[in-house]
Parts: sequence; C-alpha cells; structure tokens
Amino acid sequence: MEIIDTFFNVEVLLRTYPLMLKGLWITIKLGVVSIIAGLALGLVLALIRLYAAPPVQLLARIYIDVFRSLPLLVLLIIVYYALPFVGISMSSFWSAMLALTLVSGAYMAEIFRAGIQAIPKGQFEASQALGLGYRHMMVDVILPQAVKIVIPPLTNNSINVVKDTALASVVAMPDLLKQATQAQALAANPSPLILAAAIYVAILWPLVAAVSRMERRLGAGER
Amino acid sequence: MDGFVSIRNLKKFYGEFCALKGINLDIAEGEVICIVGPSGSGKSTLIRCINRLEGFEDTSEIVVDGIPVMPGKSLAKVRAEVGMVFQSFNLFPHLTVRRNVMLAPSRVRGLSTTEATDRANFLLERVGISEQADKYPEHLSGGQQQRVAIARALAMEPRVMLFDEPTSALDPEMVGEVLDVMKDLAGTGVTMIVVTHEMGFARQVADRVIFMDGGEVIETGKPDEIFSNPQEPRTQNFLSAVLNH
Ligand SMILES: Nc1ncnc2c1ncn2[C@@H]1O[C@H](COP(=O)(O)OP(=O)(O)OP(=O)(O)O)[C@@H](O)[C@H]1O
Ligand SMILES: [Mg+2]
Repeated sequence: MEIIDTFFNVEVLLRTYPLMLKGLWITIKLGVVSIIAGLALGLVLALIRLYAAPPVQLLARIYIDVFRSLPLLVLLIIVYYALPFVGISMSSFWSAMLALTLVSGAYMAEIFRAGIQAIPKGQFEASQALGLGYRHMMVDVILPQAVKIVIPPLTNNSINVVKDTALASVVAMPDLLKQATQAQALAANPSPLILAAAIYVAILWPLVAAVSRMERRLGAGER
Repeated sequence: MDGFVSIRNLKKFYGEFCALKGINLDIAEGEVICIVGPSGSGKSTLIRCINRLEGFEDTSEIVVDGIPVMPGKSLAKVRAEVGMVFQSFNLFPHLTVRRNVMLAPSRVRGLSTTEATDRANFLLERVGISEQADKYPEHLSGGQQQRVAIARALAMEPRVMLFDEPTSALDPEMVGEVLDVMKDLAGTGVTMIVVTHEMGFARQVADRVIFMDGGEVIETGKPDEIFSNPQEPRTQNFLSAVLNH
C-alpha cells in the first residue's frame, strides 16, 4: 500500500495532471515542429551531399558529421546560454527547436542519402532516357521509391527527437518532464514523474511497434 | 555529317581503358540497324553514348537530327527524341503500367492527363498489354514488362529508338512476343538501333548489321552479306560460334 501511495498517489495525480497536460502539449508541439523542420533540412542536405558541386558537397558532409558528433545537450546549452552573448537570444522553446532540428537534420540527411542510393541505377537511367529533367526525375521517380525505404529509419529518428525534447527541461522549458519535476517538488511525492514516464511510453510505443512491423514487412518483401 | 544519326570519331574511356576507339557511323532516317558482337566489345557503350547516358571525349561528336549530343539544353532535346529500351526493363515499380507510359509525355511534352491517358491506352493496345494497364509492373511477366517499356519509350514519339539487348533477360518463351512488337515498329519508319544476340531477328529485320569487337566497328553490311559472306576473320569466328551452338 505504501508503494502505491508513494508512486501512484491518486490524489497527487488528480491535483497535478492539468499541469502535466500543459507540459505534454508543449512536448508534442516541440517534437512535431522539430521533426518537420529536421525532415526538410535532412532532405535538402542529402540532395546537396549527393548532387551539388563538389565543394558544396564537402560542406554538407562536414555539417552532417559535425552535428552527428555534437552531443545534443551541449548544443542546446550553447544555443540557449552562449548565443545571447552575440546578441541572439531565443525563448527556451525556439532554442530547443533549433538544437533538435540542427542535429536531427544531420541524421535524417544520412537516412535520405542511403534511401536514394538504394534506388537502382536503372531507374535514373530510364528517367534520363525519357527526357525527364532532374526535378521530375527526383519528384516523380526516385523520391517516391526512396520514401518507402526510409520511412522506418525516419520514424525511428523521429521517436528519438520526441525523446530528446525532454532535454529541453534543462533550459527551463515547461515540457512534460519539467512540469513533472515541478509537480513532484510541489506535492513532495514522485507520482507525477511516474505518470510522465508512462505518458512518454504511451505516445511512443505505438510508433516503435509500427517501425518493427514495417521492418518485418520490408524484410519479407525483399527479393 | 550526312546521317540522321551521325557519329564521328567516338572515343570513350573508363579510366585508362579505352572502350570505344574512334567509331564513325552514319545512320539514315528510318533505318533499322542491328549491332552484334562478343561480350565486352562496346555495343552497350556505343548506344548509351547516343543519348549520353555515357559521356565521351570532347573530340568526339554525335549529332541526332541536327542536334549535337552535348551537355546542356540540347541534351534535353536529344533525349526527348531518342527512346531507349533496356535489357532489364527499368519500369517504374511504384507506378501502374499506364502511369509508366503517361509520365514522360505529361512532364516533358506537357500533355494534359486526358491526352496522356489516351496516348498510353493507344500504345498499350498496340503492344498488346491493354488488359494490364492498371496493374503494377511486378505483376507482369518479363515479356509483358518489356512491351510496356517499349510503349513507354514510344509515348515520347521518338524519332530514334535504342534497344540494348531487349530480349536477353527474358525466358525463351517470351522472346518472340517482344521481337514481334519490334518487327511491327521497324515498319513504321522510326529509326532503330538494336544491340542483340538474336541473329534471326537481325537477319530478317535489319537494313544493316554492324559487327563490333574490341571497341571498334569491324564490319558492316546488309544482313545477307554479313551472315552469308562475312569478310573479316573476326566476324567469321564470332558468327560461326554463335550460329553453331
Ligand atoms: N562503368 C564501367 N566502368 C569500367 N569499365 C566499363 C564500364 N562499363 C563498361 N566497361 C567496359 O567497357 C567494355 C565495353 O562494355 P559494354 O558494356 O559496352 O560491352 P557490350 O558489348 O555491351 O557487352 P555485353 O554483350 O556483355 O553487354 C567492357 O570491357 C567493359 O568491361
Ligand atoms: Mg551490353
């Protein structure tokens, strides 16, 4: 009984859940915005990395490698605490969004690149032989096929982005985790933390399961 | 520069390796050419240079219907005029058969959806695939896929059609249906350049046969001349090897 009162205290949960819902909403908003921006950045980076003039390609490669090596928390703290010294200061939400996008864009770029490179050479040649220009070749032929291949890894990466939004509580953003820690302090009871954990799992478990399903299907469909 | 397709001093290197050693060739409008020769002789490389899927030396020159095959704007024009059929079909797997045929005319020629649909239906009928128009390529047999690929190329109304061993990937029982479509096509006045190991087809349909070996054109002539009375020893060896096995 003591365990239930400590970790699943109904009275505390009822008192604090409106706060938690607010936090959840911010977590979702931050996750979705960062994922969308990261996808766009990743696609552009992948196309540059594959098809731009060699010096520009190199820049994209350096970007991708640097931002995959940089710990997200370090970048986030730099954006939030260091950029104001050069006159750029952003709210905690936009700082977190920027850091998440810059890093996830680098990972998404590698995923898109692998997806495009997995398309057989014959598809490019058939498009060119038909007279399709670069844009139509990519939009009508290559990317629709690449997307099928990259959806599972992109979903994986998106799951990571949502999980990493929790880091934003470090820069005082009132996301789900931050609200939970505050509620815990307020109520002097850890139940809100357990609830927060349960909410993360409840949101992301379906996505994790979906990735497994897709990977199984793709694996089975392979010739 | 007399040919409808005119090839001058065509040289192609892969690194140090010289795959084409200065080919000269003039092809008249409406002519049906079959290119034969041993594996690695440069047949594919030669026809892939015609629509510049392979680049070539700056000193070489290819002109199609008066348009130089050079990178840039004119290349788009050349590619719109030159259709190509590949050994491995290369249909777009995410599009239905009909959409495969419609794509290039709508995107490159600017046809409306109705016009492109009509054209696709007409061409699929012509190659005998109209029942399969709404299926995806993977659900068709190899012979059917290759006929779709021919229809897809024809949808651009090309003046020149390039074929790179169009029947080599097919099960033997499907070779005939594809060759039949190509025979019909040969009667329509489109210029055809066909790399093939089907000597019967070359003999029956070609206006001219070109024998290549080691990146060079060794001998060229009417099918009768080449098949019945080859002059060059290399041609004789090749033909006796392929015809007697
Ligand atoms: N991408 C490439 N890189 C290096 N060498 C190549 C490449 N493509 C072709 N070659 C070489 O160029 C030569 C001509 O090749 P090509 O494919 O044109 O021959 P082919 O006559 O079409 O032969 P096949 O009947 O086997 O198709 C071969 O020796 C081949 O190894
Ligand atoms: Mg070949």
